[in-house]
Amino acid sequence: MAPLISTRGLGKTYATPVLDGVDLDLLPGEIHALVGENGAGKSTLSRIIAGLTTPDRGSMSFEGRPYAPRSKAEGEAAGIHMVMQELNLIGTLSVAENIFLDHLPNRAGWIDFKKLQRDATEILTRIGMGDLDPRLPVEQLGVGQQQMVEIATSLWRHCRVLILDEPTAALTAPEVAHLFDQVRRLRSEGVAILYISHRLEEIRQIADRISVLRDGHLVTTREVAGFSLDEVVRLMVGRELGSADFTSGRSRGPVALAARNLRLGDKVQDISFEAHRGEILGFAGLMGSGRTETMRAIFGADTLESGQVFLHGNKTPARIRSPRDAVRQGIALLTEDRKAQGLFLALGIRENLTISDLRRVAATTGWLPRALETTQIRRWIDKLHIRCNSPDQGITELSGGNQQKVIVARWLFRDCDILIFDEPTRGVDIGARFEIYRLLADLAAEGKAVVVVSSDLNELLMLCDRIAVMSAGRLAAEFQRGAWTQDAIMAAALSGHLGTPAVN
Amino acid sequence: MPPATASRLRRELGDYFGLAIALGLLVLTFSLLTEHFFSPTNFRTIANQIPTAMLVATGMTLVLVLGQIDLSVGSVLAFSGAMLGVAITQWKWPLAIAVPAALGTGLACGLLNGAISIRWRLPTFIVTLGMLEITRGAAHAVTRSQTQYLGSSVGAIASTEFLGLSIPFLLALTIVAASHVLLTRTVFGRHAIAIGTNEEAARLSGIDPRPVKLAVFGGTGVLVALAAIIDTSRFESANPNAGLGLELQAIAAAVIGGTSLMGGRGSVITTFFGVLIIAVLNAGLAAVGARDEMKRLITGAVIIAAVIIDVYRQRPSRRP
Repeated sequence: MAPLISTRGLGKTYATPVLDGVDLDLLPGEIHALVGENGAGKSTLSRIIAGLTTPDRGSMSFEGRPYAPRSKAEGEAAGIHMVMQELNLIGTLSVAENIFLDHLPNRAGWIDFKKLQRDATEILTRIGMGDLDPRLPVEQLGVGQQQMVEIATSLWRHCRVLILDEPTAALTAPEVAHLFDQVRRLRSEGVAILYISHRLEEIRQIADRISVLRDGHLVTTREVAGFSLDEVVRLMVGRELGSADFTSGRSRGPVALAARNLRLGDKVQDISFEAHRGEILGFAGLMGSGRTETMRAIFGADTLESGQVFLHGNKTPARIRSPRDAVRQGIALLTEDRKAQGLFLALGIRENLTISDLRRVAATTGWLPRALETTQIRRWIDKLHIRCNSPDQGITELSGGNQQKVIVARWLFRDCDILIFDEPTRGVDIGARFEIYRLLADLAAEGKAVVVVSSDLNELLMLCDRIAVMSAGRLAAEFQRGAWTQDAIMAAALSGHLGTPAVN
Repeated sequence: MPPATASRLRRELGDYFGLAIALGLLVLTFSLLTEHFFSPTNFRTIANQIPTAMLVATGMTLVLVLGQIDLSVGSVLAFSGAMLGVAITQWKWPLAIAVPAALGTGLACGLLNGAISIRWRLPTFIVTLGMLEITRGAAHAVTRSQTQYLGSSVGAIASTEFLGLSIPFLLALTIVAASHVLLTRTVFGRHAIAIGTNEEAARLSGIDPRPVKLAVFGGTGVLVALAAIIDTSRFESANPNAGLGLELQAIAAAVIGGTSLMGGRGSVITTFFGVLIIAVLNAGLAAVGARDEMKRLITGAVIIAAVIIDVYRQRPSRRP
């Protein structure tokens, strides 16, 4: 069968190559699953096909003709639609208005509501949603119904290729079943479906073929039949890693942080763990597995529903009701989203660094002696090798790695003993990553308790003494160095999703 | 001087320099256009008019740096003045009690703005918009919508001079200087800038934004009440319609000085220049005989032009 879409040698480079030499064929009337670890290039590839991103290298063809969309609109004109993980609906508008948002039927600007509702019902019927009142505001629908409305917005137009990015992430089991029925129905109409998901068990149910991406390369494309789950996982995780040593020179000390039965919504379900001084404890898991939420709750950024945190071996639970309480008791959280939650982008290194402990500069008076502050900042710039012109250089002028070092310096300046790093190397290029790893290893060697949340498994394998794995809001497993395998960790990370319906 | 300090000083002076030149050009233009403009009497008139605007604009700058806004300043000025007037004329309170009562009124209004916004997580735009109506209504209620004539009993506050300058002008200058130091040299100021730049990052750095917000709004209330006392003294009367549109003038002065409405960036000193530019523009246009509608047209154009210039000036350094 002639492929509907073919990509040849497709590549895209941001700071580093995120996609390289990808040859993918999408056949008409197939459900083609795309799997890979976070950052393997799944979304970049699908965005290129949908026209949201332009590739740097390679070419694509659509029904044998060259295809090079410069925008989402051009992709849609060709019949290629993508339903994002984050839905693009306008909550206050009706179902029908959302479906036809950019082509509302009208006479001289006056909306023809009769036709709008008729057309909407027709399309909704096509995906088994004929009973839904198209006049309802979208915000009154459940997530599953919203997902179907989003798919409907792609279907009323000529649709040859439908890309679904994690479509079941927020759905309940019956909603997933309904979605699958409709996806199969589209397949029978000859639509090619590119299906991105972490949930391998679901993929085995629905997909015809699987393509595995790893580090921007397409590792393999195979028929689902005879492709074992273990093998998929092995191909996703892949390679052995470089031999840099970030684990020697430290010894495990007493418990610095003990979390007991933490609960917060469905993202933090009965989480208990201990972090020791002189140790790096890693948290592995898929995106959305609840790791960030757990750390934020410990830090007092969000309020726990129940559970206790014990610090520095104390018998009584710590009282942490705000980040301020946490910081005062020696906990630091380096947030996942550095720009939105960590940095003061409009300000300089000075303001970004000393903000955690201005009282130290000011003693008791509240007065900030600039010269003294400058001396202290310079000491940290030297100690962490932060590359900059002056302590007053704008923070945005630094590279991602140096920005991260400034934030590390912020917390060392405060003298925090428990350092929680959420995605410490996100947006940091390869060279600087190893500097950050070195820094984390040195901190642990100095006797700090270091906790690292990362979606990059190799990073954790390289750094950690222990790795805890979270899946769907629960602690799925814990491994000691030496006792782990990549496959076992990956399997634990997927365990919350395997076989069982979506957690909701 | 270490190089870092020198470069910082140069940058700060650079900020002032452009504004000083703009101000100089305005003075020069009006001096050439009319001989009435460049005279000690005229400058003294300007100096006596601006303390109110300086005090209110200083408070507004602190509020804007914090990433907030205070629309109630004009009405709070009227209400505080009204309290002073009524306390003296009707309740027969002595000045020594009436003045603190007026200051307390401003403080209470400011604290209320801050507290409501914190407690119910409301944008200060909304809270202070409500307060604008409430305090205007309160000003009319306590005065029964009658201007309170106080006679010379309070006139001394505004008319006393020191080295040829009125006490209010010197007081306003002192407060501008003190606020500048507060914003640039103290822990409190640094916290305010951090919160205004990125409140979530500040909170996650262990700062509690609430007391800072409360203090800034409370402080602004006090500055506004101080302005009200000066105005009441200068006119020897308290008018419940005083301060109409004052919030927009204060925001205009801050914006001309380069303070950002998005928070985190602003300076009390540059706002001071903004106040001077507006005052000179008004006095100059009056001296050349421009009609009121013309004054407003030109002032509006100057505000927009100032912001456009500022956007261009900031652009290179904003690129990452």
